[in-house]
Amino acid sequence: MIHRSIQSLAALAVAATFAGPLFAQDSKVADELAKYREALADGNPADLLEVKGESLWSEKRGPKKASLEQCDLGLGPGKLDGAYAALPKYFKDTNKVMDVESRLVHCMVTLQGFTQAEVTRQWYSKPGKESDIEALVTFIGAKSNGKPINVPATHPAEAKMAKMGEYIFYRRSGPQDFSCAICHGQEGKRIRLQDLGNLTTKDGAGTAMKTWPSYRVSQGAVWTMQRRLIDCMRQARWPEPEYLADSVIALETYLQKTATGTVMETPGIKR
Amino acid sequence: MKLKIALFSVLTATLSFAAQAEAPGGKFAGEAEQMFRSSFKAENPKYWMKRLDQDETMKTCGIYRDNPPRKIGEKLEKLNAATIRYPVDGKLIGDWKEGEKLAAVGTGGHIGFIQPDPAGRVRGGNCYACHQLAKKELAYGTIGPSLQQFGKVRGNSEEIIKYTYDKIYNSNAFTACTNMPRFGLHSWLTPEQITHIVAFLIDPESPVNKD
Repeated sequence: MIHRSIQSLAALAVAATFAGPLFAQDSKVADELAKYREALADGNPADLLEVKGESLWSEKRGPKKASLEQCDLGLGPGKLDGAYAALPKYFKDTNKVMDVESRLVHCMVTLQGFTQAEVTRQWYSKPGKESDIEALVTFIGAKSNGKPINVPATHPAEAKMAKMGEYIFYRRSGPQDFSCAICHGQEGKRIRLQDLGNLTTKDGAGTAMKTWPSYRVSQGAVWTMQRRLIDCMRQARWPEPEYLADSVIALETYLQKTATGTVMETPGIKR
Repeated sequence: MKLKIALFSVLTATLSFAAQAEAPGGKFAGEAEQMFRSSFKAENPKYWMKRLDQDETMKTCGIYRDNPPRKIGEKLEKLNAATIRYPVDGKLIGDWKEGEKLAAVGTGGHIGFIQPDPAGRVRGGNCYACHQLAKKELAYGTIGPSLQQFGKVRGNSEEIIKYTYDKIYNSNAFTACTNMPRFGLHSWLTPEQITHIVAFLIDPESPVNKD
C-alpha cells in the first residue's frame, strides 16, 4: 500500500513537471516526426540497393572469378538468414572478432581475389559513385529482417570486445568534451528535434541497432553501421577512425550485445 | 516504519551500486585505450590527433561514467574553476544580438577526410542543441535544462552575470562531469563571444526574457 502511494506520488510529480504548453509542444513535434517517417517507409530507396546487393552476391567477380556464395558470415558458408543479427562474432580462421563489413571484405579478398585496398576504396557512396559494400551489406542485413539480434558475446574474445566498446562509449575527449554517453546515456532526450536513444539499455540500443543499414534521407544514401559510427566520431569533433578499425567493431559489439533480443527491421529509413 | 525500511534499502542499494560499479572496460580499459588510439589513419595531422588527448577531468569522468563520488567531483570542480579567464576589459555582459546568433550556430570544428567543415567556418555555442531559450525557437534540445526567461527569473545582478559567464567558460567548475562542454577552456568560444551569450541569457531586451 505504502509502495503504491509512493508510486502514484512519483507519477504525479513527473506529470506536474511535464504538464503545460511545453509538453504539448514536445509531443506535437514527436507526432509530426513519426508521421514523416511513416510516409517515407512506404518506398524506401534502400530496397533498390538491396536488389543490387543480391546480384553482386551471386555474380562471379574479381581475379578469381568467384561469387560470394561460399562466404561464411558466421553461420556457415552461404548461410545468410540471421547472420547479420548475430554479428560481430569471433572467427576462428582469422582469430578476430569481425563485424559484417570486415567479414564481407575478408570474403571479397579470400574468395574473389580482390585486394583489401580495391574493396574498401569506395566503402561508402558519394553522389554519382555507388558503393558495392553498401549494396552488399543492405542485402545481407535484409536477410536478418524479422530475426532477433543475437550477440550474447559468450566467447571470451567477444566478451572482451564488448567491454572495450563500453570503454570507448564513456571515453570523453575533444574540444567539446564529448563521449557517446553524453547524448546516448539518458532516457527521453532530444538534440534539437532529433530524439536520442539511451544506448545503455536494451530498448534504446535495440531501437537504434535494429534498423541498420538504413537509408538516410538527409544524406540521400544508405549508411552502414561503420559509416554511422565513424560519423558519430566526426560529430564529436574527433579525427575519423579508419574503416573497419577495431574500435568501431568494439562499439558495435557493445551495442549489439546490449540490443540482443530485439527483432531486426532492416533496411531502415531515417532522417 | 515500512516506508523507512523501504527508503533505507533503496539508499543502500544505490550506495553499494555506486561502490561496486566497475569502470567502463573493466580490466580491459588499458588495452581498450591503446586500441582506440591506434585505430586512426596515419595521415591524420598531429594537431587533429591532439583532440583525443584527455585531461584529468575527462579521464576521471570516464572512469566514473560521469557520476564521480562527491569528494572527487569537488576536486575536479576546484581544478576547473581555476582555469577561468576573463575579457581584458573586465566586462562580462556583451551584445545579446550577437549572442542570439552564436546560440543557434551548430557548425564548425568538424575535421577528418569525409565531411570536414570548410576552413574558417564559424563556430558557435550551439546552445539550442540542448537548451530551450527564446520562446520563438521551437527546435530546441532537452539534454540540458530549459533556460527560457533565464534573466527574468534570476535577475541581472553582478553575481548572476559572473555565474553565467563562468558556467559557459567552464561548466565543470560547478558540476564535475556535466554533459555541457567547457567552451572557454577549449577556446571553442572567445571570452568576448561568451559575454554575448551571457547577454542573450540575461539582458531584459533579449528574446530569452522579453517574449
